[in-house]
Amino acid sequence: MKKYLLLLILVLGISTLLAGCGTDTENGAENNQGTEESLVKIGMVTDVGGVNDNSFNQSAWEGLQLLDKDLKGEVKVDFAQSTSDAEYIPNLTQFVKAGWDLTWGIGFLMGDHVKTVAEQNPEAKLAIIDAVVDAPNVASVTFKEHEGSFLVGVVAGLMTKTDKIGFVGGMDIPVIARFDAGFTAGVKAANPDAKIIYNYTGAFDKPDLGKAAAATMYDQGVDIIFHAAGATGDGVFNEAKARKDAGQDVWVIGVDKDQSITFGDDITLTSMMKRVDQAVYRVSKELVDGEFKPGLIQLGLKENGVGLPAENPNIPADVLEKVNEFKQKIINGEIEVPSEK
Amino acid sequence: MNKIVKFFTKDSSLIPLMAILLGLLFGAVVMLLGGYNPLLAYTALFQKVFGDLYNIGETIRQITPLIFTGLSVAFAFRTGLFNIGAEGQFVMGSLGAVWIGTQFALPWYIHAPLAIIVGALLGGFWGAISGYLKAKRGVNEVITTIMLNYISLYLANYIIANYLRAPGQQRSEIIQDSASISLNTLSEFFGYARLHWGIILAILAAFVFYIILWKTKMGFELRAVGFNPHAAEYAGMNVNKNVINAMFIGGVFAGLGGAIEVLGVFKYMTISASLPGYGFDGIAVALIGANTALGVIFAAILFGVLEFGAAGMKFVAGVPIEVIEIVIASVIFFVAASGLVKFILKPFRRKEKGGAVE
Amino acid sequence: MKDVKYVVEMRGITKRFPGIVANDSISFKVKKGEIHALLGENGAGKSTLMNILFGLYEPDEGQIFINEQAVQITDPNVANDLGIGMVHQHFMLVENFTVTENIILGSEPKMGLKIDYNKAREQVLELSKRYGLHVDPDAKIEDISVGMQQRVEILKTLYRGADIIIFDEPTAVLTPQEIEDLIGIMRNLVNEGKSIILITHKLKEIMAIADSVTIIRRGKVIDSLAVKDTNQDELASKMVGREVTFAVDKKPADPKDVILRVSDVTAKDNRGLTALNEISFEVRAGEILGIAGVDGNGQSELIEVITGLRKVESGQVYLKDTDITNNTPREISESGISHIPEDRHKRGLVLDFTMGENLVLETYFYPEFQTNRFLDYNKINTHAKKLIEEFDVRTPSVDTLARALSGGNQQKAIIAREVDKDPDLLIAAQPTRGLDVGAIEFIHKRLVEQRDKGKAVLLLSLELDEIMNVSDRIAVIYEGKIVGVVDPKKTSEKELGLMMAGATTEGVKAGNE
Repeated sequence: MKKYLLLLILVLGISTLLAGCGTDTENGAENNQGTEESLVKIGMVTDVGGVNDNSFNQSAWEGLQLLDKDLKGEVKVDFAQSTSDAEYIPNLTQFVKAGWDLTWGIGFLMGDHVKTVAEQNPEAKLAIIDAVVDAPNVASVTFKEHEGSFLVGVVAGLMTKTDKIGFVGGMDIPVIARFDAGFTAGVKAANPDAKIIYNYTGAFDKPDLGKAAAATMYDQGVDIIFHAAGATGDGVFNEAKARKDAGQDVWVIGVDKDQSITFGDDITLTSMMKRVDQAVYRVSKELVDGEFKPGLIQLGLKENGVGLPAENPNIPADVLEKVNEFKQKIINGEIEVPSEK
Repeated sequence: MNKIVKFFTKDSSLIPLMAILLGLLFGAVVMLLGGYNPLLAYTALFQKVFGDLYNIGETIRQITPLIFTGLSVAFAFRTGLFNIGAEGQFVMGSLGAVWIGTQFALPWYIHAPLAIIVGALLGGFWGAISGYLKAKRGVNEVITTIMLNYISLYLANYIIANYLRAPGQQRSEIIQDSASISLNTLSEFFGYARLHWGIILAILAAFVFYIILWKTKMGFELRAVGFNPHAAEYAGMNVNKNVINAMFIGGVFAGLGGAIEVLGVFKYMTISASLPGYGFDGIAVALIGANTALGVIFAAILFGVLEFGAAGMKFVAGVPIEVIEIVIASVIFFVAASGLVKFILKPFRRKEKGGAVE
Repeated sequence: MKDVKYVVEMRGITKRFPGIVANDSISFKVKKGEIHALLGENGAGKSTLMNILFGLYEPDEGQIFINEQAVQITDPNVANDLGIGMVHQHFMLVENFTVTENIILGSEPKMGLKIDYNKAREQVLELSKRYGLHVDPDAKIEDISVGMQQRVEILKTLYRGADIIIFDEPTAVLTPQEIEDLIGIMRNLVNEGKSIILITHKLKEIMAIADSVTIIRRGKVIDSLAVKDTNQDELASKMVGREVTFAVDKKPADPKDVILRVSDVTAKDNRGLTALNEISFEVRAGEILGIAGVDGNGQSELIEVITGLRKVESGQVYLKDTDITNNTPREISESGISHIPEDRHKRGLVLDFTMGENLVLETYFYPEFQTNRFLDYNKINTHAKKLIEEFDVRTPSVDTLARALSGGNQQKAIIAREVDKDPDLLIAAQPTRGLDVGAIEFIHKRLVEQRDKGKAVLLLSLELDEIMNVSDRIAVIYEGKIVGVVDPKKTSEKELGLMMAGATTEGVKAGNE
C-alpha cells in the first residue's frame, strides 16, 4: 500500500513540475485576457457536424473569426463542439452561465435546445441559424435558400446538354426542402424540358452515400448535380472528379460556401452560397454596437444572404446575364420563388 | 462500507486507479508538448464536472445511459457472448418509449412505467433475435448484433418519419408530460440540469444484474454457460435457452437505457443519421468494469466524467478538441491495457514483495 | 569423438516458479547407450527438468554437461546442435504433409534455392531402415496410424542428428501391440549408440525397457538405481512416498438385475461418420463392466448417447426397463445416472467456478440449496464442505476456484459430486487419466465401493491395466461395436490387444460363453 502512495506522490509531483514548465505559455494567454471584463464575449455551439464540417458550422466560425479580426481587442470569440445531441444544452449553458454576451446555436437541429436554454435563462441573449425560436431573447436567422437555389437551377437548366439534372439532398427536412423547391423552380423556368432526378441520402455526414447517389445519376445520363447534403456532398464531388478524369463531361453545383475553392474549378460549376458567416458576423456586430434585436431575421437575395460566388469562370457570359435578370426579378418581387414543393 | 474500502484496496481496483493516473500523466505530457498547461486543463476538467450543481447534474445525466449499456454488454459477456448490439437495443428502447410516450394519454403512474417497460422489452426482443440466431442457427452474434444496430437505426428513423413526426421537424412529437420521468423540482434546484429517475433505475439495474447472476438459478446457469458451455451441457443445462436469455436480459438493460434517455432527457426522438454511440461506449465500460455490477458503475462514471469534463478543458484552458480526445483516449487506453500498467508498476511491486520476504 | 561415460549430466539444478520450487537441486546422470527412465508423479518436476535440458527453461542454479563438456542451453536450437532431440507427448506434425516433408520441415536440404526432396527422401528411407522403423516416406500424416506418427517424430529427431532422445510419456496413446513395437525400436536405438531418457509414470514400462531409473518426488531426487536391482512395489513407494497397493482389493462380484441395457444403438460422430454401429450390451447392479478399446473406436460417443449429450440415430437405451433414448441430459441425470466425464476440464468442471459451485453443478436447482427461491450459498457451501471432507479433496476452501486445484483433487471432487447423487448407474470414463498412483488407488477403491453397494458401474478406459484390475467383465469395443465380452481372470493382455485391434476371433467369444 505504501508503495502505491509513493507512486501517487511521484505522479502528482511530476505533474506539478510539468505544469510549472507550462506556465510560460499560460502567462501569455493571461495577458491577453487581462482586459477580459471589457470584452464583448460571443460563443457558438456547433451541432454534431463539428467546426470543420466544410459547411455551415465552419462558415459560422469563420464569421466569428472575421469579427474577432476586425474588432481586435473589443471581442472574445470561442466555440464548443457537440459530439452528441445530449451535449447541445450543456454546451449552450456553459456559455450562458459563464456570462457570455451572446451564444449562437448553429443549425436547425438545435432549435429545441436553444429554446429550452433561452427560457431557463431569460436574461441571456442567444441566436440561432436555420431555425425559428419563439423567445424574447433569441434572434433567429433563416435564409431564403429557395431564392439562391432558383438561380443555380437556372444555371443548370441552361447549361445541361443531356436535359437531365440531379439533386442530392441530405435529410428530408424543411431547410433542404427549400433548396429542392427553389432549384426545381429555377430549372423549370430556364429549361422546361429538363428532367430532375432526386435522391435524399438521409445523412449529412456520409460521403460514401453521396458518391453512390452521384454514380447512379451520372449513369442515368445526368450531367449536372446540385447537392444540398453537407459532407455527404463531398462524395458527389469525388464521383464527378473520377468521371471527369475518365473523360466524361460532368459538373457539380456546390452548396453553402464557394466549393470550387475546395474541389477545384474543373468540376465545380458554381455554388449556392449561403452566407452563414455574414449572418453571424452581422448579428454579432449589432450586439457589439448595442443594436441586438431578438426576433426573426430572414436573409434572401436582396440581403445578400444567399447567391452565387463573385467569380464563375465556368459559366458563359450569356448565362450569367440570364441569371442576373432572374435575380433582379426575384428582388423586385416579380417572381415569387416557392419555398415548398 | 467495509466492503467498499475493500473494493478499492483490492489489486483489481488498484490497477485501474493507477491506470487512470498514468493516463492523466501521459495526457499531461501530450498537452505540454502542444504548449498547454495540463494542471490548468485538469483543474478545468474537474471544475467542469464538480464545479457547480448544474454540471454535477449534467454529469449524472451523462453517466446514466452508460451504466445501462455497460450492464448490457457485461451481462452478455458473462454468458460468453459479445454483445456489440447494445447500440441497437438502446435505439429500440428509445423507440418503444417514445411511441408509448407520444401516442397514449394515460395517468402518470401508468404512463411512464409503461413506456419504460415497453422500451425495455423492445430492447430485450432486439437482443433475443441475435440470441435466437446464435442458439438455433449458430450465427455469430457479433455479426447479427452489428447488423441489427443498423436495422434499428433505420427502422426507428422510418417509424418516426412516418408515424411519430412533429410537423416541420426532424424529430418525433414531444412525449406527454405524464410519461416524463424528469425530476422537475430537483432539476430546478440543480440549475435546470436534466435530472431524472434514470440514475435511480440505473443503480437498481446494477443491483438486479448482481442478483440475477449470483443469487438465482438462472444466473448460475448463465455463468456456467459463459465459462464452459460443454460442462454446462454435461450438467444438464440448456445452453441454447441460456444464450437467448442472456441476450434478452442484456437487451433489456440497453433498452432501459434508451427508454430513460428519451423520457428523462430529450422528451422526443430525432431522425438521426448515426447511432447514438452509448452502446459502443458500453463495450469499453463493461471491459473496464471487469463485467461486475460495481465495476460497470465506476467505469461509467469514469467515462461520463471524462466526456462531460472535456468541454471544460477546452473552454477554460483552451486545449484544442483534438488534444482533449488524445487525453481521454489515453486514460481509457491505460485502464483497458491493465497488462501494460502492471508492467509499468512492476518495479514498485517487486520491491513490495521483496520487502515482505525480508 | 572421444569415448565418454556420461552423455548427460545435470548438477544441482534448481528452478523456482512463483510459489513453488519445481526442481530443488536435482542431480541426474545418463550413461552413454542406456535407457534411463525418469519416474515421478504428475507435478513432481520431471517435465520441468527435461524442459531445462531441451532449452525451454533456464535453471536458476546448477550446471549441465553434455558429453562431459559444460554447456549453456539457452534455447531448443542449442539443444538440437548438442544432439538432444525430444519426442513430445502431443505430436507436432502437419496433417496434410507427407512423412518426408514433416521430417525435413525447418531443416530442408537445399539445392540452390530449391528443396532437394529426393535427397531428403533417400535419407529418411535410410534412417528408417537402419532403426527398423518401417515408415513409408511418401505417406501423408493424416493417413497413418498414431503409432506410425510417433515413429515419424522419432525420425525427425534422428534426421536432425540427435544422439540423446527424450521420450515424453510415449506409450500414452498406443495399443499394447504398438507399445511392444516401440520397445523394439528403443532397443534398436540404443544398440546403434543412442541414449534415451524416458519420462513416464508407468512402472511396468520401466521394468520392461529401462536400464536405470531416477525417481523424483516434489522436485527432489529420491533415488537413482539400476532397474535390475529393484521391483515395481519399491519404485511405487519411492515415487509416492508410502506403501501402495496395486492389485485392487475386491470381493467377487454379485450381479443382480440389469440396470443399463443398450440395444442396437447407432450414432454418428461430430464429423457425421458412423461412430456407433448397432452396439448392444448390458450392465447389472453390483458389477463393474469395463469397456476396453483403442482410442477413437466410439467410446466417447457411447457415453454421450447414454447420458443424452448425443442423439441416437437408431436403437434404444434402457435404464431399469425405462426407455431413456434421446432424453435430455437433465432428465437422464435425474433418473439415476451419474457420469464422471473423460475430460474433466472440458465437461466435468467449470474451472472458473468455486468448489462449492462445482459440487452442485447438476443439483443447484434442488430446493435444498435455495432460500425463498434464491440460491443460498450457505447451504451450497455446507454441502460442499461435507463432500470435501468425505472424499478428502485437498482444497484451501470451498471458495477456491476449481482451476487452482491439482488434477487429482479435481477428479476427487467430480467423483464426490457424482457418487453423492446416489445413482443406479455410475459411468466412469477414463477416471484416472493423468493421475498419479495415490489418486488412482483412491478412485479405484471408490468404484469398487459403489459396486459393493449394489450400483451398476460402467468403466471406460484406455489403460488396459485399469480395465483388467477393476472390471468384473470386459467388453471390447472396436469400430463402434462390441467385438467380445471376456472375463478378466480368464483373459490375457495379448488376447485383449488382438480384439482391440479388431481381430474378432470367434474362438474368443466361444470360449467365454
